[in-house]
Amino acid sequence: MNTFVLNRRNLLVAGGSVLATGVSGLLVPARAEGLAPTPSMPGGANNYLKGAPTVNRIGKGGFWMTGTVRRAGDGAPLAGQRIQIWAHTTEGREGDERSHGATLTDKNGAFRLEMPQIIPIFGQPHGHLAYDSGEFKTVFLRPVMRSAKDTSLEAHFVLQPA
Amino acid sequence: MRLAKVTLIWAALAAAICVPIAAAAASPLLAWRDPLYILAGFAGIIALGLVLVQPLLIGGYLPGLSAYRGRRAHHWIGGALVVAVVVHVAGLWITSPPDMIDALLFSSPTPFSPWGVVAMWAIFAVAIIAALRRRLGLRARTWRVVHMPLAIVIVVGSVVHGILIEGTMETMTKAALCALVLAATIKVMADLRVWRKRGTLRGGSVMRQ
Repeated sequence: MNTFVLNRRNLLVAGGSVLATGVSGLLVPARAEGLAPTPSMPGGANNYLKGAPTVNRIGKGGFWMTGTVRRAGDGAPLAGQRIQIWAHTTEGREGDERSHGATLTDKNGAFRLEMPQIIPIFGQPHGHLAYDSGEFKTVFLRPVMRSAKDTSLEAHFVLQPA
Repeated sequence: MRLAKVTLIWAALAAAICVPIAAAAASPLLAWRDPLYILAGFAGIIALGLVLVQPLLIGGYLPGLSAYRGRRAHHWIGGALVVAVVVHVAGLWITSPPDMIDALLFSSPTPFSPWGVVAMWAIFAVAIIAALRRRLGLRARTWRVVHMPLAIVIVVGSVVHGILIEGTMETMTKAALCALVLAATIKVMADLRVWRKRGTLRGGSVMRQ
C-alpha cells in the first residue's frame, strides 16, 4: 500500500515538474534549451496555395489567428518571418484565393492576422498555417478550434535550419 | 396486427430518419457550403438512415412486409446504401480533393475518417459478395458468416464516424439515430441467433441442448 502511495506521489511530482518545464518553456522561450522543432501536422498542407500575398487582414476580419515563431534549440524568437494562413471561413472555401493571406512576425517572434470567422469544414473547425520561406525547413500546421464558436485560434512554430 | 400499431411503427421509423435530416437542413453551416458539399453531406446522413432500415427489414420488425418482401427490400436498400456512400465520397472528393485522399489513405488528421472509410469498404464488400452470391455458390449459412461480421463493422464504423463529426447534423437527433441503429442491430443479431451453429431463423426453440 505504501509503495503504491509513494509511486503515485512520485508520478505526481514527476508529472508536475514536466508540466512546469513545459509551461515555463512556453512563457520564457529564451531559456528553453534544446527546444524540439515543430513537425508538420497531417493534412496541414491541404489546399495550400503558393505565394499568398502579405495582407493587413484577410477579407472582412472578425477572427484572430495568432502565434509565435521560434528557433529550435535555443528557442530564440524569430522576427520578420512570413507565415501563411488559410481556412474555410464565412467568406470563402479553403481553396479560394481570397481565403489565403500572409503576415510577418514582430520582433518578439509573434504574429497575429485578422481573418473571417472559421467555419467547421470536413468535420472539424480548423485553420491552416505554413512557413515555407526557405531559410528554415518548411512546416505546415493544422490547429483545431476547441469550439466552433471560438473567435480566435493560435499556432506555434519552432523552426530548424533548412 | 392492429392498424394503429402498424401506422405507429412506420411513423416512428419515418421520424427516426426524417427528423435528423430536417434538423441538419436547418444547420447554419449550410450557408457557407457549396451545393455539392451539401449534397455530399446529406448523402452521408441518408446512408446512416438506411443503415437503420436494414436490420429492421431483415429482422422482420416492420409490419405489413412478408419475410420475402422484407428480404427483397433489404437487397434494394443495400444497393441504395452503396449509391449514397459513393455520392458522399465523390462529392467530398470534388469539394476538397486532398482531404478526401488523406481520408482514403488513412492519413487524415480527423479521428472520424478511418471509421467511415472502413465502413465504406465493408459496405462495398457486402454488396459485391451479395451480387456474386449465386455465382460463388455460397450457402445460406456461409453467407451469413460472411455478412454478419461485415454488418457489425458497417454499423459500428458508421455510428462512430457520424458521432465524431462536427458537421451539419444536430447533436441530439444524431445521437438518437445512432442509438437506434445500434439497438436495431443488436436486436436482430440476438433474434436471428447468428452466432449459434444450429441456430434457426426466427421463432425457433430457444432451449439450449
